[in-house]
Amino acid sequence: MEKRFVSIWFRHLTTDWFTKKQPVLRYAPFVLSAPLHGRMVINATNDIAEANGIERGMVLADARAIIPGLKVLEDMPGLAKKLLQRLAEWCIRFTPSVAIDPEDGLLLDATGCSHLWGGDASYLSAIAGKLNERGYDVCLSMADTPGVAWAVARFGNQEVIAPNHHIEALLSLPPDALRLESDTIERLHKLGLHRIGQLLTMPRASLKRRFGETFIRRLDLVLGDETETIETIHPAEPYQERLPCLEPIVTAIGIEMALERLLKSLCCRLQQEQKGLRLVTFKGYRVDGKVVQVGIGTNRPTHNVRHLFKLFEVKLQNLEPALGIELFVLEAQNVEDHYPLQEKLWEGSGGLEDERLSELLDRLASKIGVQATRYLPDEHYWPERSIRAASSLIESNTTEWNNDKQRPMQLLAIPESIEVTAPIPDYPPMLFQHKGKLHRIIKADGPERIEQEWWLQQGQHRDYYRVEDESGNRYWLFRLGHYDDKKFQWYIHGFFA
Amino acid sequence: MKFIQVFMTERAAVISQLQNEILFLEGFKPGKNTAMDLGLGPIIKSFPNASFPLGAVHEFLASGMEDSASASGFIAGLLEPLMRNGGTSLWISASRKLFPPALRSFGIQPDRFIFIDLQKEKHVTWAMEEALKCGALTAVVGELQEISFTASRRLQLAVEQSQVTGFILRNNPRNLQATACVARWKITSLLSEAADDLPGVGFPHWKVDLLKIKNGKPGSWEIRWEDGRFQPVYKITPHFDELRKQTG
Repeated sequence: MEKRFVSIWFRHLTTDWFTKKQPVLRYAPFVLSAPLHGRMVINATNDIAEANGIERGMVLADARAIIPGLKVLEDMPGLAKKLLQRLAEWCIRFTPSVAIDPEDGLLLDATGCSHLWGGDASYLSAIAGKLNERGYDVCLSMADTPGVAWAVARFGNQEVIAPNHHIEALLSLPPDALRLESDTIERLHKLGLHRIGQLLTMPRASLKRRFGETFIRRLDLVLGDETETIETIHPAEPYQERLPCLEPIVTAIGIEMALERLLKSLCCRLQQEQKGLRLVTFKGYRVDGKVVQVGIGTNRPTHNVRHLFKLFEVKLQNLEPALGIELFVLEAQNVEDHYPLQEKLWEGSGGLEDERLSELLDRLASKIGVQATRYLPDEHYWPERSIRAASSLIESNTTEWNNDKQRPMQLLAIPESIEVTAPIPDYPPMLFQHKGKLHRIIKADGPERIEQEWWLQQGQHRDYYRVEDESGNRYWLFRLGHYDDKKFQWYIHGFFA
Repeated sequence: MKFIQVFMTERAAVISQLQNEILFLEGFKPGKNTAMDLGLGPIIKSFPNASFPLGAVHEFLASGMEDSASASGFIAGLLEPLMRNGGTSLWISASRKLFPPALRSFGIQPDRFIFIDLQKEKHVTWAMEEALKCGALTAVVGELQEISFTASRRLQLAVEQSQVTGFILRNNPRNLQATACVARWKITSLLSEAADDLPGVGFPHWKVDLLKIKNGKPGSWEIRWEDGRFQPVYKITPHFDELRKQTG
């Protein structure tokens, strides 16, 4: 398909914003100024000031000499960038790929978009109309290359350049329209080259010799001999579905219907490509220019509409429509391969690969907000560190479970200190007191010495004993430190079955 | 003689069929794989149809950490034959102390257990009901202190659909009212017996009290976990029925 680009030029971006904030300023000439090299320089003007001959870069004192009643406001650094970012996000309703054209413009990749508005001309007038409503004075144009659209928006007078007519449109424009450095432009004018048409007939080699490599590149970009890539603010997600609405949606039922439609079309596409979702966001672009969104994640790639809808259902109440949502977008940030598993008739209860299991865990996660944990062995001696949480349901262990050492069924997160009577060094205790109850030890195993892992943590080692008291309860006790150190302490750490 | 033998076996078949019919009339619904013997030895005779009730909810009482460790061990022992063919189980709790590597000594791969640690006990009930509805699981263990009759009825209804086995581990319950669970157990540790008078702590040894069982006979046994299976310890422990007979 033929590429089509729209360039939007905000003629008075920052001053328009100030006018919007303070409507009084509309009928007075005013400028924004900021200090530069010890003097006040004008950064932006409004249309009345501009009509009176005040330009950007002029010193404020000169401007005051031209218009004595000139209003001067302090410029806010970074304002233009912030405004452009906001406008670019807003413009996403006209096309999915919008790029910021630094200083004072936006660049829209409008390929295949304008027919939705009934043609190029009405597409452009829709954009211009909406932006004018927001109080911005814009010039825009549409052409086959971003360079021509940029040039015509700023220096031309027609809006729509028909496909394959972009070179004719360029011929009469001044060389300023080529996005060159100011000294190159000055040099071109000095040489009497006042129109781009004059340049095109000249041999490339001599142009290159005289004006350098960048000049030729610019020329190629404008003519479409070299494709220009634009850097969009939202890199288009490969798995994205959009649903523009004729009327702003305010009701919960409306939002649910929109979500269901988007999920259906996205999942249908994923199913055909044998993919499944892991992370997906549902965004609503509101009438007031804000974007509201909710997101969900799944434990396993899935394209089950009913399941995904259930996960979203819990969170939809957080999506505040305010005055209404104009556009719904469903974006899958994380998509993984998903091959349909062959059902096994003879295996009654499935394993970890079963989809029903991951759907259950997703439901629990979305309703209560807890993540299920699965533990895998870790290469540590210290009991608390000997296991680690697995990152996914299907992650398999890299090391084997340790079989030869007995471990207690119940482990206290923090060992509790106990009082003991131990007869001989390095012997298990005879008695111990835990929570006010005295336990007489009948049988014992040990010690099992577990050293501190010095590369992680400093401290004393632990000598573990497995003991059984007179009523048959089995405990895991340990002594921290050497018996002869006089600084040892006994603890209870677990309960055996 | 031969004729009498044939007649006797036929009569036995008729009697067992009639017993099954009576059980059905009493509201006992046999699980899917009824022939599951979990290695419980003599305990199996107490169950209806002489098979461990799978696809039902069992309740375990415990008073203190020691008891709940024993009960966890016993549950792990029950789950071992069920999870042998690669099943997955869920452990839902609001105050979990279970140390996964310990499951290894009961023959269970700890990574086949999925742990869900919640903040509140009411979430445990909800999560357990959701989980019991999921047919992909082998069993669901939930640590709950209190459970109302209504809640237990809901759990029982959930398992009747999915045939998942549920275990409720109740540590220090305050209120011991009737529940809709199929069985109520109490496991307490007993002094271990070391083999061949070796020093040190022996195999896990428990007193198993089956306090309540639907359509079965309650009883009390001693059992040991040895060499990866239950090992009943035969001691003469009179059944409750016989006790009742003695006292008249």
